[in-house]
Amino acid sequence: MSTEVKAAPETAVAAKEPSEPLFSKKNKLLLTDPLNDSNPITVQVLGICSALAITVQVKQAVVMSISVLAVMIGGNLIISLIRNIIPSRIRIIVQLVVVASLVILVDQVLKAYVYDVSKALSVFVGLIITNCIIMGRLEAFALANKPWPSILDAIGNAMGYAWILIAVAVVREAFGSGSIMGWNFIPDAWLITNGGFYAHNNMMILPPMALIVVGIIIWIQRAKNTALIEEH
Amino acid sequence: MLELVNIFVKGIFIENMIFAYFLGMCSYLAVSKTVKTGVGLGFAVIFVLGITVPVNYLLENYVLKEGALAWLGDDFAAIDLSFLSFIMFIAIIASMVQLVEMAVEKFAPALYGALGIFLPLIAVNCSILGGALFMQDRQYSTIAEATSFGLGSGVGWFLAIVAIAAIREKIRYSNVPAPLRGLGITFIITGLMGVAFMAFMGIEL
Repeated sequence: MSTEVKAAPETAVAAKEPSEPLFSKKNKLLLTDPLNDSNPITVQVLGICSALAITVQVKQAVVMSISVLAVMIGGNLIISLIRNIIPSRIRIIVQLVVVASLVILVDQVLKAYVYDVSKALSVFVGLIITNCIIMGRLEAFALANKPWPSILDAIGNAMGYAWILIAVAVVREAFGSGSIMGWNFIPDAWLITNGGFYAHNNMMILPPMALIVVGIIIWIQRAKNTALIEEH
Repeated sequence: MLELVNIFVKGIFIENMIFAYFLGMCSYLAVSKTVKTGVGLGFAVIFVLGITVPVNYLLENYVLKEGALAWLGDDFAAIDLSFLSFIMFIAIIASMVQLVEMAVEKFAPALYGALGIFLPLIAVNCSILGGALFMQDRQYSTIAEATSFGLGSGVGWFLAIVAIAAIREKIRYSNVPAPLRGLGITFIITGLMGVAFMAFMGIEL
């Protein structure tokens, strides 16, 4: 999908503004800014629900991130292409229809190729439709910008979302079940059940710990980047 | 009857939308700065969940599910439209929110004044679509059960947002470490509340 998606806006941008390079400083900022300074999860507070619910295992988090990346690129591109013909009164419905169609595609692909993960994600694939990160970026960026910057914005934000998701999943899977991507790094002989000294922290698998891990990530990030600190 | 009460109570405490599934977190975090706005959004969510879950239940059972179209005749009995459920549910939710908004504006202007700005926000609140998808997932047997599930989850969401809003109003007077202020501490408090709510988990209803 990505190859054909990228081809169209390239020519469109080149025809209108031949002077602006494809990866100008402004465009690069669109990619890198959401990774830290305007991270969709920890700063813009978008897309929290899924970030918390499916971070028990790294594999689920990776599949979810890829799904969101695909839907965001498609959604931002389509909305950006038709932004001038959408009547502003019904734009929410138009956005929902575009996103819902893309999510159906993703859901069918997941069901066909990674059925077990698709079962584990259960309703959360469907909930990509109402994932605020997608609606938020469509509304805030794609509706007002050309296709190529919109794609970059989608990639940047999806990456910002992905790294938080995967970081939380790594912490939870490592402490909760002693593995990463299903690979056990704690030898079985160490476990208390086998006469050893180590016990998995089952607390980490429980849903509330996701919130606390994200809270700690926010703490670390804001301690390093003091410009983000809020008043209250 | 007892079954309905069970589903309702389960929706509030055991399967709480916020503390067990994290649905509707975005508006939960954004609108919980004061109790007043929290109450407004909470009522709007109860209202919309109580309406959209039964409507989506009818849609699921008479249009989308495999064999659901049998009432149209034998030719339609084999049709399975369930792959369309996302787009149909979200269309129903978006249009129901619009309808509810117009009805409330016409017949209860006072309520409209209180809920006004929150109603449009609801269309993209994941707890509403989540309610519809859980209803589909759990296959409730009657429309009354589905309604009771919708209302119960709505009340659970209301409870969660009012509780966090009250805590956030008080926390202003505490000395929170600077980088944790605002979003960070809200996450951690919600996590602790979630741990508290897990006490309900073992209860069999």
